[in-house]
Amino acid sequence: MDNDTRKSRFPDDSVGLVKPQIAHFDSPLALACGRSLPAYDLIYETYGTLNEQRTNAVLICHALSGHHHAAGYHSSDDRKPGWWDAHIGPGKSIDTNRFFVVAVNNLGGCHGSTGPCATDPETGRQWGPDFPMMTVGDWVHSQARLADQLGIERFAAIVGGSLGGMQVMQWTLAYPERVANAVIIAATHKLSAQNIAFNEVARQAIRSDPDFNDGWYAEHGTVPRRGLKLARMVGHITYLSEDAMGTKFGRDLRSDDLNFGYDVEFQVESYLRYQGDAFSTAFDANTYLLMTKVLDYFDPAAAHGGDLAAALAPARCPFLVVSFTTDWRFPPTRSQELVDALIHAGKRVSYANIDSPHGHDAFLLPEPRYQAVFAGFMARVARDLGVHTP
Amino acid sequence: MMRADLKVIYQWVPPGARILDLGCGDGTLLDVLARDKQVTGYGLEIDPDGITQCIQKGVNVIEQNLDQGLANFGDDTCDLVIMTQALQALRRPDMMLDEMLRVANECIITFPNFAYWRHRAYLGFRGYMPVSKSLPHAWYDTPNIHLSTFNDFEQLCQEKGLIISDRAVGNGEHEGHWSSRLWPNLFGETAIFRISRGR
Repeated sequence: MDNDTRKSRFPDDSVGLVKPQIAHFDSPLALACGRSLPAYDLIYETYGTLNEQRTNAVLICHALSGHHHAAGYHSSDDRKPGWWDAHIGPGKSIDTNRFFVVAVNNLGGCHGSTGPCATDPETGRQWGPDFPMMTVGDWVHSQARLADQLGIERFAAIVGGSLGGMQVMQWTLAYPERVANAVIIAATHKLSAQNIAFNEVARQAIRSDPDFNDGWYAEHGTVPRRGLKLARMVGHITYLSEDAMGTKFGRDLRSDDLNFGYDVEFQVESYLRYQGDAFSTAFDANTYLLMTKVLDYFDPAAAHGGDLAAALAPARCPFLVVSFTTDWRFPPTRSQELVDALIHAGKRVSYANIDSPHGHDAFLLPEPRYQAVFAGFMARVARDLGVHTP
Repeated sequence: MMRADLKVIYQWVPPGARILDLGCGDGTLLDVLARDKQVTGYGLEIDPDGITQCIQKGVNVIEQNLDQGLANFGDDTCDLVIMTQALQALRRPDMMLDEMLRVANECIITFPNFAYWRHRAYLGFRGYMPVSKSLPHAWYDTPNIHLSTFNDFEQLCQEKGLIISDRAVGNGEHEGHWSSRLWPNLFGETAIFRISRGR
């Protein structure tokens, strides 16, 4: 029936057509900033089937501009599948024949979970810049409530890249008994000064856009597109390696000759402008600001005098840490610091540093060694939990 | 089927030990020891296939180049450091020995014995650098840059004031043969040492 039409339209290793769901929460969520959210929605997607014992659930935590649509297609007209489709699906690293995958859009997001674009029930007005500042810890609490609602006591694995990896770390500390395995990819336990600096440039680009209107742009009927575009352009540079940019664009020109002006001349300019433009119409500026602050704040060792191993003491599960050789946003040395701290804390951990030319973006892409490591770990997770095809 | 030197090591490892396995390969030793003797610990490896196989087995493996030392492991954080068939490929085997005995009081080390009679014959009679089952590489592409003999290693241990508590040879099928017990430097294909810090 449905399966046949799905198979004909989508690749065999795709989860196929998926539909987002919304979970509503009525009890207030206390936040690290001191404020609280009285009620909120979380939008999420699931792939695969939850087994009877409810032991095969895998939670996917998304990165800065990610969301709940991690795999599959929303319609047969979709040109692109979800953002992590390379790694989630039947027979893929996170094998949906074995696992029940939950992908959620975080609070403060702009894809359906409660965020700056939602209405503040107290004022009846859009939250806008008044939406409370979030932390990785707040997100993890909200995700744990979603797990409660789905009847998932313990995740077989919690998995995330970049900012998603920070959430995985936080899960192992806040809810150690609810995480059977942790996969942390291209992440860091804290941003460097340079990371924060890049985020600040992005924020200033947005906040100095005349259309930003102190964040009340929706009420003014404006959109700070130029700021958002600039922010994305800067961000995008940090996602790619110098080599990847060089290979992709080099010094190629769009036309045959230099035209001695400020219009697009080099292919790399064209690419960045295109990426920035596309992003500026698809993403919310207040959400972008908030997400960058969430990144900046994360530092679990800070409460332990900078001793990361001490901070990691509560964690109980085995970890897989993966980094990529050309990632200069969150370079391998950051992952190695995490691994060393896990070793010092006596935790079970495996670490692979994948040779890839793609910089930070490598965590999103398929690469044979990355897939072998990732799939190998997840296969062991399935074996240990006695999880078989439901 | 475990490699000959691994079988000897298996018997020497005390139950429940915290182990660091340097150059752990596909993780076979740590996997078997974890299941049979409840040991815990980590393997270090740089070979991508080895790392993947460790991860599949559930063996903790860290991608780490041994030539960079063991700075991420604290003093006396392990009961035993094992290094099989890797000493000869290191830039400074002597310094690694110091590092290993900083992390644990006891070490087990195995390496191909260059003074094995077949190697001697290869070099002595044929005049070429030995190529054998334990030394399979050509001279120009071998990772084995510090080949040594049973005697060489004993000498180094003596110079460092280390205690050799056990030694054995791994010869595949013939490990128990009286000749290799009596004259390990001549008849031992693989040297196996169990050493600890001197007093």
